[in-house]
This record gives sequence, structure tokens and C-alpha cells, in this order.
Amino acid sequence: MMALAFLTQTLRIAIPYLFAAAGGVMTERVGIIGLTLEGYMLGGAFGAAVGSLATGNPWIGLAAGALGGLVFALLYGLGAIRFRADQVVVGIAVNLLAIGLTRVLLRFLYDSSSNSPRVPGFNVTSSGSGFGALAQNPLVWMGFLALPLVAWILYRTPLGLRIRAVGEHPAAAISLGVPVTRVRWTAVALSGILAGLGGAYLALDQHQFTDQMTALRGFIALAATIFGRWDPKRVALACLLFAAAETLQIHLQGVGAFPSQFVEMIPYVLTIVALAGVVGRAVPPAALGRAPE
Amino acid sequence: MRKLLILVGALFVVHVALLFVRPSGAAQPPAAGDALDIGIVFDVGGRGDKSFNDGAYNGAERAAKELGARVRFVEPGDGSDREAGLRLLAAEGVDLVIGVGFIFTDDLTQLAREYPNTRFAGVDYSVGSDKDGKVILPPANLAALKFREEEGSYLVGSLAALVSKSKKVGFVGGMNFPLIQKFEAGYIAGVQHVCPKCTVVSQYAGVTPEAFRNPGKGKELALSQYQQGVDVIFHASGSTGLGVFEAARQTGHLAIGVDADQYAEAPGYILTSMVKGVDAAVFDAIKRTKENTFKGGIYQFGLAEQGVGYVYDEHNKALIPAAVRAQLEQIRAEIIAGRIKVPSSR
Repeated sequence: MMALAFLTQTLRIAIPYLFAAAGGVMTERVGIIGLTLEGYMLGGAFGAAVGSLATGNPWIGLAAGALGGLVFALLYGLGAIRFRADQVVVGIAVNLLAIGLTRVLLRFLYDSSSNSPRVPGFNVTSSGSGFGALAQNPLVWMGFLALPLVAWILYRTPLGLRIRAVGEHPAAAISLGVPVTRVRWTAVALSGILAGLGGAYLALDQHQFTDQMTALRGFIALAATIFGRWDPKRVALACLLFAAAETLQIHLQGVGAFPSQFVEMIPYVLTIVALAGVVGRAVPPAALGRAPE
Repeated sequence: MRKLLILVGALFVVHVALLFVRPSGAAQPPAAGDALDIGIVFDVGGRGDKSFNDGAYNGAERAAKELGARVRFVEPGDGSDREAGLRLLAAEGVDLVIGVGFIFTDDLTQLAREYPNTRFAGVDYSVGSDKDGKVILPPANLAALKFREEEGSYLVGSLAALVSKSKKVGFVGGMNFPLIQKFEAGYIAGVQHVCPKCTVVSQYAGVTPEAFRNPGKGKELALSQYQQGVDVIFHASGSTGLGVFEAARQTGHLAIGVDADQYAEAPGYILTSMVKGVDAAVFDAIKRTKENTFKGGIYQFGLAEQGVGYVYDEHNKALIPAAVRAQLEQIRAEIIAGRIKVPSSR
């Protein structure tokens, strides 16, 4: 029972990471840094809240969440692809814009700079371990499918081949007649939609949008992308590992044996250990962060 | 060159967006005259948080109506804008500048020294102490409005223990630091006063200010506590607590709100709320300013001053039996009389 509860909680915490990291793999494999996952998630959470509130239908909320992520992805694309600006700089601007814009709109629509009214979500009831509630939520199943979908696109479709080629060697891709710019736009847009769904999960599960509710989950997802060495299978495992660490932290805190500050740092220490090369060298896509010549 | 233009453009867009993060009232400069001008700068969460900031807002609105004060609100976009907000108000010469939240402590102290003729007040201002443990008083033109949250927490702790069937109650804090530990300490002492055998599961959402706005984490903490057999959870965690309510709603358990009456967030699942009279404290400071009796120093609002308390009204009457209510009132009287000593740290 305890083990099932632990597993259930780990899966629950992992869902937003799985969505956002799927977006992270997508964008990083085409050579564009996934710095903006946080902003996409926030846009997605906000979009989902607005869509679900306006129509009373969480499925429309979900679509609006995807759209919310897409909007910020297109803004990032405008800077990083169309104008070939420095991705780190544009990325930071997009994240800041997401925080500011969602807050302005929140105030404008619902007269509060802190939270939206209650939002219709997928109604689940939970008892015992909460596993039943987890299984009732369609977004959970979509979360599990996000990274397999990305793996399928990357390794089984012509588009995926092009994405990988552009991310590794854009000059070669250009010489073979691959429409590099279009491929980059496509990957960034998909990334925004995926991470936006992760944000939508947060808002619909919480039945509310609250200011900056993503709480840096986008950056954890980026860390999982890198920790998983840009390979969807490993990235999925990384997401589960980070979620398990967070669950462990919640449970250890309940025991009270460790100071909470120590337990709090477990996921971050894991990330640093991973980046230090303990699990093999991390080799990013060769053209990551650079605009093609 | 082009990159630079894009960069400047992007930053400009962000800047313009953040400029809108302020209420409309902030747009008008104070008119001349001898009317009472008050400036308030909000904390993280801002207006509409149905809690702390809204308490300050309500107090100021009341002052506007009853005392004819002209109140301007500034809602900082993020961290560094806080000091700028205070400074803007001080420089424009308002009569009283109020910072809402412990986070303004250092900025208020510094500005009070720079503008000795302006009055300042800090809600939850944290008073420091020197090496020998002697309290460092705030500057003479700065009033520290402090609450004895531990006393209110003690009462809701007793209530939680009396209502709990499993004899296991929970606490979810936001950021793990002394101000929130005060709530925890009072709560645990209150639980143990009426039920020495009860256990308290106590957890925090984090160690940074982000821990006050992470409802997802709050929900997970609460779900795991309810799972362990806890049946009442008291939260002191800002909007993270909204996740605690969501967990209570989903699993059919009880939760206790904080700062303001949070019944409306999850009707039927909120046992009570530990309320803090931020509105009364703010109103009081404005009133003193108007009557020219404003003095710096430390103001404590506890049970005796009705600065803290718990909600008991038609909404939650059904959840609190009459005998429990009587016992709580007894405890309240004993705390006010000083017969019960409430700890303020762990």
C-alpha cells in the first residue's frame, strides 16, 4: 500500500515534467535551446485556465493550454529563428514576458494578480493510494505518451530525420535541400504545444491558475532533457527519477529525520552529479544554440 | 546590429508589459493640499490574493471611506521593484508609506533613515536583535506592525486536535524560515495542550520564496499527509495552500485556512481559518497618521488585541461542536490572561 502510494505520487509529480521534457527534446534536437520551457508551461497553464473557464469544458481548456504554450514558442521562434538573435537572451526575455503577461491578463480578466476563479477540470475522486484518481485523468495518459510520440517523430518520420539533421549539421542539411528554417519552426512550435500541455495539466489538476504556478518546473524538465542525454527513453527515465526524488523528499520530511533544506536539494544534487559525467558523457546536438550560417 | 535591435525590442516589450502590473490608482500623482495621502506597496501575491495583501487593501479602503485618506497602491512586478515602489512613494511626499510583508524589512529601515520626515509602517516587519540578544528598535518614524501568529495558531491547533478522529493532524508551511515556524510552533503546542497523544506531521514546501506560490507542491504534500491518516491540515503557505485545499476537496478531508477567512476557496472542507487582522492594523496606522499620534516602534497584535483569531460563523458552525467551541474560548481566555505560555519558535 505504501509502495503503491509512493509510486502513484511519483507518477503524478512526473506528468508535467514528462510533457515539458518532451518539448525539451524536440527543441534541443533541432538545435534550439530549451530555455523557454518554463515560459511555455506558464502560458499553457494560463491558456488552460482561461479556456476551461470560458467554455466550462476542460478539453477546450486543454486545447487552449496547447495554444498558450504555442504563443510563447512562436515569440521565441521570432527572436531565435527569424531574427537569429542570441537564444539565451531571447529565451530569458520570453520567460519574463510569460510571467508578466499572464499576470497582466489575470488582473484584466479576473481582477486579481494572484489567482483565477475555480476552473472546471477533469473530475477525479481519490481514495486509498490515489491510483484510481490518477488513472481517471486523461491528461495522465497523454503525459505518458508525450515522450514516445517524440521518439516516434524523431526516429520514424521524415520530419524527425530532418530535425536531427538540422540539429547536428545545418550546413549539410541546407546543401541537401532541407528547408532548415521551416524545420526549426516546426520543432519549436511542437515544443511549445507539448510544454503548454504540461502547464495545462497543472492548472486543470489544481482547478485554478495562480501567479507563477509552474514554480521552475520548466527548468527541472530542461535538466531532465540534458540528464537524459536528449534521448527520449532516457529523458523519460530522468523525469521519473527527478519525480521520485521529490516524492522521497516529501516522505523524508514527514519522518523528520533530516533538516528539510538537505532533503530539498536532492533533485538538484542528482542533476549536478549527472552533468559531472557520472552517467557517461553528455554530448549535446552539435548545432545547439547556434544559428545556421 | 540587427541582433542588438531585436534584443532591445524584446526587453522593451517585457518592460512595457511589466509596467501594466500596477493598479489603476497608482497612475495618478497625489494632488496638493492637506488631505491624507497614503501609499501602500504589496508583497508577492499582490492584490486579489484573498489573503494577506487583500487584508491590507481592505484596511486602506476603509480608511479611504471613513477617514478620507487618498490611498495609492503599488504592486511590484518582482524582487527589485519593491524598493523602487517604496522610494517612489516616499519621494512624492505621501504622509505614510506602508510595506506589506516581511520582505520589506530592510528596504523600509533604510528608507526610514533617508526620509526622516516621512512616516513608514511595515506589516510583519521583522525586528532584529544584536549579538547580546537585545532588540534593535526600528527608526523613530517606522512602525513595525507585528502579529502574534503563534497565539492564533495555538487555538486552531487545539481545534484541529479536538475535531480529528484519527488523532493525527498536519501542518503545511510555505518557506521554511522563522516567520512561518512561528505558526508551526504555536500549532503544535496547541495540539499537544488538548491531546498529548496526538501526532503532528509537519512539512514545508521549500526554502525559497517560490515555496509560497507552488500549489502543485502544496497538493502533493497534503495528499501524502491525508494518505498517512492525517485528517486535518493547517497551512501557512500563501497560494501553495490552495493546493492543500484542492487535496482536501479531492479526498474529502478538512483543512484550515490562514491570514484571511478562506472558506470560499473550498466550501465544506475548510474547518476554520487562522485570521490575521492586517486590515485593522493598517487602518489603525492610517488613523494615527491622521490624528497626528503616529509613533514609530513595535506594535504587537495578539489575541488580546484581537489581532489574530479563528473564524467561527454560520459556514463552519456545523463542523465545530458546541463543547469544542466552549473549550476553545476557555483556552483563548487563558492565553490572554497569561496562564498559557505560547511558544513562538521550535
